[in-house]
Amino acid sequence: MRKVLICAGTGCISSGSPKVTEKFQEELSKRGITDIEVYNTGCHGFCEQGPIVIIEPDKTFYCRVEVDDVPEIIEKHLLGGQIVEKVLFHEPQVDKKVEKYTDISFYAKQQRLVLHNCGHINPERIEDYVANGGYEALRKVLTSMSPQEVVDEIKKSGLRGRGGGGFPTGLKWQFTKDAKGDKKYVVCNADEGDPGAFMDRSVLEGDPHAVLEGMAICGYAVGADEGYIYVRAEYPLAIRRLQIAIKQAEEKGYLGENIFGSGFNFRIKIKAGAGAFVCGEETALLTSIEGNRGMPRPRPPFPAVKGLWGKPTNINNVETFANVPLIIKNGADWYASMGTEGSKGTKIFALTGKVNNTGLVEVPMGITMRQIIFDIGGGIKGGKKFKAVQIGGPSGGCLPEELLDLPVDYDSLIKAGAMMGSGGLVVMDETTCMVDVAKFFLNFTQKESCGKCVPCREGTKRMLEILEKITEGKGEPEDLEILEKLAYNIKNSSLCGLGQTAPNPVLSTLRYFRHEYESHIYDKKCPAGVCSALLEYKILEDKCVGCGACARVCPVGAISGERKQPHKIDPEKCIKCGSCMEKCKFGAIVKG
Amino acid sequence: MADVTLKINGIEVTVPEGTTILEAAEKAGFKIPTLCHDPELSKPGACRICVVEVKGARNLAASCVTPVAPGMEVLTHSEPVINARREILDLLLSNHPEDCLTCDKMGECALADYAYEYGVRRGSYQGDKNVYPIEDNNPFIVRDMNKCILCGKCVRVCDEIVGYSVIDFINRGFKTKVAPAYDVTLAESNCVFCGSCVTVCPTGALTVKDTRGKFRPWEVKRVKTTCPYCGVGCNFDLLVKDDKVVGVAPNPTSEVNGRFMCVKGRFGYKFIHSGDRLTKPLIKKNGELTEASWDEALTLVAEKLGEIKAKYGSDSIGVLASAKCTNEDNYLLSKFARAVLGTNNIDHCARL
Amino acid sequence: MVCACGKEVVDPKKEKLKELLLQYQGQKGALIPVLQGAQEIYGYLPKEVMEEISRTLKIPFSKVYGVATFYAQFHLKPRGRNVIRACLGTACHVRGGAKVFETLKNELGIGDGETTPDLRFTLESVACIGACGLAPVIMVNDDTYGRLTPDKVKEILAKYE
Ligand SMILES: Cc1cc2nc3c(=O)[nH]c(=O)nc-3n(C[C@H](O)[C@H](O)[C@H](O)COP(=O)(O)O)c2cc1C
Ligand code: SF4
Ligand code: SF4
Ligand code: SF4
Ligand code: SF4
Ligand code: SF4
Ligand code: SF4
Ligand code: FES
Ligand code: FES
Ligand code: FES
Repeated sequence: MRKVLICAGTGCISSGSPKVTEKFQEELSKRGITDIEVYNTGCHGFCEQGPIVIIEPDKTFYCRVEVDDVPEIIEKHLLGGQIVEKVLFHEPQVDKKVEKYTDISFYAKQQRLVLHNCGHINPERIEDYVANGGYEALRKVLTSMSPQEVVDEIKKSGLRGRGGGGFPTGLKWQFTKDAKGDKKYVVCNADEGDPGAFMDRSVLEGDPHAVLEGMAICGYAVGADEGYIYVRAEYPLAIRRLQIAIKQAEEKGYLGENIFGSGFNFRIKIKAGAGAFVCGEETALLTSIEGNRGMPRPRPPFPAVKGLWGKPTNINNVETFANVPLIIKNGADWYASMGTEGSKGTKIFALTGKVNNTGLVEVPMGITMRQIIFDIGGGIKGGKKFKAVQIGGPSGGCLPEELLDLPVDYDSLIKAGAMMGSGGLVVMDETTCMVDVAKFFLNFTQKESCGKCVPCREGTKRMLEILEKITEGKGEPEDLEILEKLAYNIKNSSLCGLGQTAPNPVLSTLRYFRHEYESHIYDKKCPAGVCSALLEYKILEDKCVGCGACARVCPVGAISGERKQPHKIDPEKCIKCGSCMEKCKFGAIVKG
Repeated sequence: MADVTLKINGIEVTVPEGTTILEAAEKAGFKIPTLCHDPELSKPGACRICVVEVKGARNLAASCVTPVAPGMEVLTHSEPVINARREILDLLLSNHPEDCLTCDKMGECALADYAYEYGVRRGSYQGDKNVYPIEDNNPFIVRDMNKCILCGKCVRVCDEIVGYSVIDFINRGFKTKVAPAYDVTLAESNCVFCGSCVTVCPTGALTVKDTRGKFRPWEVKRVKTTCPYCGVGCNFDLLVKDDKVVGVAPNPTSEVNGRFMCVKGRFGYKFIHSGDRLTKPLIKKNGELTEASWDEALTLVAEKLGEIKAKYGSDSIGVLASAKCTNEDNYLLSKFARAVLGTNNIDHCARL
Repeated sequence: MVCACGKEVVDPKKEKLKELLLQYQGQKGALIPVLQGAQEIYGYLPKEVMEEISRTLKIPFSKVYGVATFYAQFHLKPRGRNVIRACLGTACHVRGGAKVFETLKNELGIGDGETTPDLRFTLESVACIGACGLAPVIMVNDDTYGRLTPDKVKEILAKYE
């Protein structure tokens, strides 16, 4: 039977997939066709191309599908067996249309294990998950493994936490298992706050049962009977899908009392976050579940010993849990055969920024940055020159071109002054100002600092002020040293990971792009042409034809001039938004 | 509990398991600065001034919350540690008024003391400062949140010891502030003005209103006394300058109440030198109260009491004692009532 | 409340709040879900509601306020009928999110976190709504708009009353 899979992830929904789904259903029933199944899936990770429609078993990949395209797809493809060219994906590198998703280079070079179900099953139907081998791993551990065997298997797999720190998961489970306590908890960290990262969201929306199964396995291994998933408030769809999944799993007996007749009980509750990035930090997250201001607590004691309501608590990230059923099903050796010495398995990255294909990519650990950006990401947008890639979000760092061949794993990234973080990858080209990027991240961490400890509360503020000063052209030579000293002290003495890593984007850009800081300070110039205080927009008289397009688009009315006469920009009024330059067809407006 | 042996600045120290590095260092004779730590309150590990270097650790550790471990090697005054402490002081002072000269806390301000000790003359960062109005619309406490370093001791004392939870942190990050709900003044809140928050505050953010500008801490003599107000019997120090009681301060050695008191003991000392206070007996003559000698007054009382007793019997007399008197005084009064007046009608108010 | 006819008038919002509090009373960690529920009912968190929550859950008023002011999700003032969330997250930042935000500010004549006097719009900047593939992105209420340019802003605003 032919199947039409329509993406209903957040990205595709916002580009109109619900209407496309409706149209398919309507058109098919109008034609009395009943042997074609239409259903919604979770995110394919290629949201930029949404709405995405897949025809199975043909493996056809249609993108940016609009309602009006639907009749044609039905007539031509589903009934006529012909491909509809115009909604095929256009491969930028080779300038060719591609039919099958298996041939799209964005997918072809990925190794989608954790994401294998995303985009292919209906996340709101537990049967789909079970049909693909779901809950087999849970059955296996409950019917044939002791808790210690489970912990050992995870240890042997080499799985490390995907939430940022990269702590060995098996070891963490062992700590919780060994901790004394009559009551223990399993907590799933789904607070995904790194701006630019959305892999956890995709997994929750596209394959929620994988996370539930991973948590239940963990519960069995560490001796917990209760789990919490702490989900960002900004992810309503993920919350809804999780609610549905939990209910279905309880109905089927995969969650609840006496699972698989083993005597093991496990229940999962959802807690919605309330909008604080710092609550992704594990102790803050627990404090928040307890109903307090989400301020981190000192460690030790670690949550494994004293966690939620003082009880031993094992906390892992969404992606970490989603890896667990795979490991149990396929064995630790299989898992450990992928990746590098210290980092096993695959990692999902959220590739964004100035790159041709943006989206979620799952790749084996140890792959180089160049492969991700150029082979999968299709290279830099608009044929511009690569400048840097920021990895690990606000706690990570920027890596320059020289490090493009660095194998991506936990340890090599730390050495290079970045970190895996949750796996955000933001590609920057020559038009990106690195001082501005550092300022952007610092602005974020500064706003999100909980305010509990002095170095982070007061220090990130001062770092930001110095960066602002530099981008405004008021930087002084000693500022760079002050920044470095301050950064070092903040890292060294802050209470939690937020403060301890907040200076990373500044330190890494200072390390690899110091000259850009120096241009801002000494020459009062922004080489990338971004920092507006150091720019001036000008209209070139000989190129301006006086069309007035710029004057119409200027939000502050800074442009004046007679029709057919060269126009002029009033520098006093200009807010340097750049709209006029974008609008001018004659290249008459320049900045510098 | 088992003992743990570790090295602090190269010196071996053995302490019970669960001891913090701070406590162990104190035992070994090393002084580590603290701002948010208070042995009687829960430990947030927030201010970070107490950081120390632990060999092998990625970051500096806050000594007030980090338990010792066997074989640990700790440096309490290494270069990174000193740098971090200086930075923290610099950052705090950069968001702080330069007001030590007229600040009431000077002399017992932890922030000023550490700035002195670590040679941080002033905050070096020129940037935003939080500016808040000074609050003095109540008779007891002046709140100057510009001087607050957000150590949270006041929040914890009010919650954990006093039990009123009047104040908490509000907002987040750089805009964090300590305040009652809706950022109202203490006068508009459910504060009972016990002054415990003032007692624990390490800076001049919370000070006693009455004594502002009256003395420097080193100018006063401290005389330990028992509170005259109620049966709890709190102890504290009277602050005496030029033979006058100018204030009250907690005395941590007080067995009953430690450092904490209620509003009466903490702020109600001014009656001592009050002009309204009676120092001579008064007798009403021709409808007017006029000064008399003790002999005269006592004779009059004795006469009248004798008359009443003779005419209406002992039980027509009642005696009311005062909680402000000492036990000895009250014992005497009881004897007087029962043995001299012959009545059991004696009572007192437990508090005032 | 009692109206002229003498009958008790039930305030449906108050009833809902009561239900909500009943549902959570005695539960551990109830404060945040209760505040979320209350905000759902009232659109923001009025002072009396916070007082009621404090009393019923037996949590000090100062703490209720402290929690409400810590999390970005909670609002203590009435908000616009339509809430615009403009993303200034990483992906949106590098793809011109700031320009879209500037245009929104200019069009509405309000700043970040402010509400138009006619209560039509509240404008907020957020850091990533997880639709980075479509950057730059804004959300109006529950609708997401992606791949935006400043000139599309007017058109979008016009859709909301
Ligand atoms: C400021 C900050 C934010 C964090 N945000 C997240 C997050 O959004 N998701 C997450 O899984 N871990 C986050 N972490 C890491 C967690 O503290 C914790 O290490 C993780 O949830 C452990 O799970 P793992 O071992 O599976 O990675 C954050 C840490 C810090 C310091
Ligand atoms: S480092 Fe920042 S976020 Fe973490 S506890 Fe300190 S102030 Fe809060
Ligand atoms: S840059 Fe913007 S403000 Fe300046 S002239 Fe051009 S359109 Fe107007
Ligand atoms: S609080 Fe301390 S540092 Fe601040 S002004 Fe007063 S004495 Fe000086
Ligand atoms: S005076 Fe007492 S009741 Fe009032 S805030 Fe301070 S500690 Fe709390
Ligand atoms: S008022 Fe004093 S005790 Fe309270 S947080 Fe501020 S500095 Fe600490
Ligand atoms: S009046 Fe207050 S301070 Fe004095 S003894 Fe009684 S409780 Fe203590
Ligand atoms: S939401 Fe459809 S591909 Fe991501
Ligand atoms: S005294 Fe240790 S952190 Fe404040
Ligand atoms: S950065 Fe804007 S949606 Fe993620």
